[in-house]
Amino acid sequence: MTPDHAPILDLPYTKRTLDNGLDVIVHEDHHVPIVAVNLWYHVGSKNEQPGRTGFAHLFEHLMFEGGEHQKAGYFAPLQAAGGQLNGSTNTDRTNYWEVVPTNAVDLALWMESDRMAYLLPALTKERFETQRDVVLNERRQNYENRPYGLALMALVASLFPPTHPYSWSTIGSSEDIKAMEFEDVRAFFRTYYASSNASLVLAGDIATDRAADLAERYFGDIPAGVKPAPVTATASLAGERRLLLEDRVDRPRIYMAWLTPAMYEAGDAELDLIGDLLANGKTARLYKTLVYDRRVALDVSAAQQSREMAGYFVLAVTAAPGGSLTALAAAVDEEIGVLAAGGPTAAEMERAEAQAEANFVYHLQTVGGFDGKSDQLNAYNVFRGDPGFFARDLDRYRLATPESVREAARRYLSPDRRVVLSVVPRGRAADALPGSEPVSVS
Amino acid sequence: MAREPVDRSVAPALGPVPAFTFPGIERHVLPNGLHVRTVEHTSAPVLSMVVHVEGGSGADPAPQEGLASLVADLVDEGTGSLSAIDVSDALARIGGDYDVDTGPDAIGFSLTTLARFADRGAELLAGLLTRPSLRESDFTRIRQLRIDRLRQIKDIASAVAERAFLRLLYGRHPYGHAPLGNEDALRAITLDDATAFHAEMFRPSQATLVLVGGMRHAALLAVAERAFGGWSEPASRPAGRTPASSIPAEPTARRIALVHREAAAQSELRIGHLAASRRTPDYAPLLLMNAILGGQFTSRVNLKLREEKAYTYGARTSFDWKRGLAPFALSTSVHTASTAAAIADAAAEIEGIRGSRPVTEGELAHAKAALTRGYPAGFETAAQVARAVSQLALYDLPDSYFSDFVPTVSAVTAEDVTRVAAQYLDPARLTALVVGDSQVVADSLHTLSFGEPLELPVQM
Repeated sequence: MTPDHAPILDLPYTKRTLDNGLDVIVHEDHHVPIVAVNLWYHVGSKNEQPGRTGFAHLFEHLMFEGGEHQKAGYFAPLQAAGGQLNGSTNTDRTNYWEVVPTNAVDLALWMESDRMAYLLPALTKERFETQRDVVLNERRQNYENRPYGLALMALVASLFPPTHPYSWSTIGSSEDIKAMEFEDVRAFFRTYYASSNASLVLAGDIATDRAADLAERYFGDIPAGVKPAPVTATASLAGERRLLLEDRVDRPRIYMAWLTPAMYEAGDAELDLIGDLLANGKTARLYKTLVYDRRVALDVSAAQQSREMAGYFVLAVTAAPGGSLTALAAAVDEEIGVLAAGGPTAAEMERAEAQAEANFVYHLQTVGGFDGKSDQLNAYNVFRGDPGFFARDLDRYRLATPESVREAARRYLSPDRRVVLSVVPRGRAADALPGSEPVSVS
Repeated sequence: MAREPVDRSVAPALGPVPAFTFPGIERHVLPNGLHVRTVEHTSAPVLSMVVHVEGGSGADPAPQEGLASLVADLVDEGTGSLSAIDVSDALARIGGDYDVDTGPDAIGFSLTTLARFADRGAELLAGLLTRPSLRESDFTRIRQLRIDRLRQIKDIASAVAERAFLRLLYGRHPYGHAPLGNEDALRAITLDDATAFHAEMFRPSQATLVLVGGMRHAALLAVAERAFGGWSEPASRPAGRTPASSIPAEPTARRIALVHREAAAQSELRIGHLAASRRTPDYAPLLLMNAILGGQFTSRVNLKLREEKAYTYGARTSFDWKRGLAPFALSTSVHTASTAAAIADAAAEIEGIRGSRPVTEGELAHAKAALTRGYPAGFETAAQVARAVSQLALYDLPDSYFSDFVPTVSAVTAEDVTRVAAQYLDPARLTALVVGDSQVVADSLHTLSFGEPLELPVQM
């Protein structure tokens, strides 16, 4: 133990690139006899077109139908080996992971490589149609049938112009999902699921040399394909837009959203810290003022959404009985104004940095899954081209100053360039902020 | 370098099973009666602590449903000279991750902190649990937030279903309400009630502290002693009320209930009945039975309802384990138009595994492999280990439980699984609950063999 001394935080790795362009990154951790296999494809809903939204996510479902040689399906062999597995899609990337006992690494790589190379021969129209219905159920369950479930869709549709791929949600619109054709699958796979557009991390109880050999063995003979061109799009807001959404909710809630710097760009870390100091914990400014002292709000949240092409900052406050959205909006404006003028206190900075350090340490505890070291290494590799970005990532938070935080608040969280959404109980449109335009989300 | 091309036609065989040593647990009792369990765990520079206090929502004195959970929520609102804001600040400064979970049999408080703040973290946790301020203004605010929360979750179909289903299965039994309680009960609870409940339940003789971190057992114990050694057992004796786990629950008959949800896009379903205690000697065969029926992605229920019929994003079955009699239930959310068909298919799966379609050797081998081969993965973080050890204490399981798990599960036979399915699952006692659009689904429910649907209001 080294009391009163900051632990040395490190995430060591080796990286090589196969001839077909697949990046292979290895991190050793022998605490538990498990290995995380984590594979990213650099494709997400940002690669979709208007009218064809939701395709990247539906495609992720199809990947779990398995490749040509996987007659027993994709889940059964891995679960029988004691493995866990999952995948997810966001705007920028699609990730797939297995966490398997050390003795099943070959199996996991055989599974992942088979669906990378031989997905299409296994895929039938019937499987496609089933998964399309499963996704429609997912959408109903997680968005349509959930209070405030459509709010984020309404926000991004207004923050970004309709041609910007961040203007639609990754789940996609129901009409687009229903209209998808089986024939589209083939082209999507060929365009985006090439080895040159992928990055593989092996983390856990495995020697680096053996991991590299296995990656070459299972993935080395897959054709490179063509690395797709990066997507570019820009967005800007000229004024304040006020929107109104009626929903099956008990309490009105106000959302505010701003366009902010992209992931890892200057200001991104500061906005993360601002999210914490506004809304994370009872000491946070908005929580303390609105929930604790004045009791006009039930909850507050605020967070920077870091994305590859752009960021956006989303703040939400739910009104307590008797609290009006107009009064809450004024209170939020006041708090942000105070922060933009005076910056954070020394105590706030100390607290924020302790929390940031703890988050980095806690992330080092697991090799796999959505929050483990393997996913982190892939994020750094895919978005930065540098799996070794860990220390510099932590420095972004350590080196933030009261002045840089103040400047980020002043520059990005302006009341004159944002989207403000009032979500109110059905039939209570009058509870929205004055001048709000009704929006429909489908 | 020339390599032999990989043979893609067959899956690679698994290598030899890797050795794993499960965490060693040491037990201690402090002079004040507090039970302490320590585990050395070195994967990251953190310390995880869990304190479980006997009682939980099953100890809510009727009609004060929600009292245990309210008190659990109130303790971090201040201790000594620290206000709620000060406590939150102190937690943030040590990178603390603090959580409270009020269960039916106990309240669990957990704190993970950076290892260099071990003593500060333990002392803060001890202060909250043993000397909470319990001030009127904090009490009023927290109670109001919980009432408002109740009003909000009436719009969440799964929360409505959880609450209605508990009541259907348990009636007025102390396990029959969710920890959050209900609005009328919360309004009637006073600060004096909370103070009295804390004094009665929060005593060292009724608590267990688990510490897991990169220190020797002796050092972990010393952290516990410094922080919790001064906690004194109150002079008053505990009320000695009967624990919820010892109170019998009335059996229920096969039926279907419907909670109306206007224009719901989906129907939230629960189908099950009270089945077994966590302390049943049949735990291992029940675990396997559940895995095969609905406990994993490749289970019978998920393959039928999601992969074959596409009624849902996912369907599962589970035991909601308690010390006393606990429910077995299938839960899912299905497209409104598929409601009756999904219930019929789900009930058929529950019936089938009892005998007409008994588990096959293949299914059993698959479920055993999934449960045993993946078992060590649950011991990666200090917080996982602390939670697991705290569960052993909660259910009076031996310290050898972790190392016994794989041999015990491996010894179960297909006959064992069919026997427990027939013994513990009973189609004649299945309660089905639908939270959905009554105008659309009510007629179709008559076609099911569950009798006349019982229409229930949303109860909060």
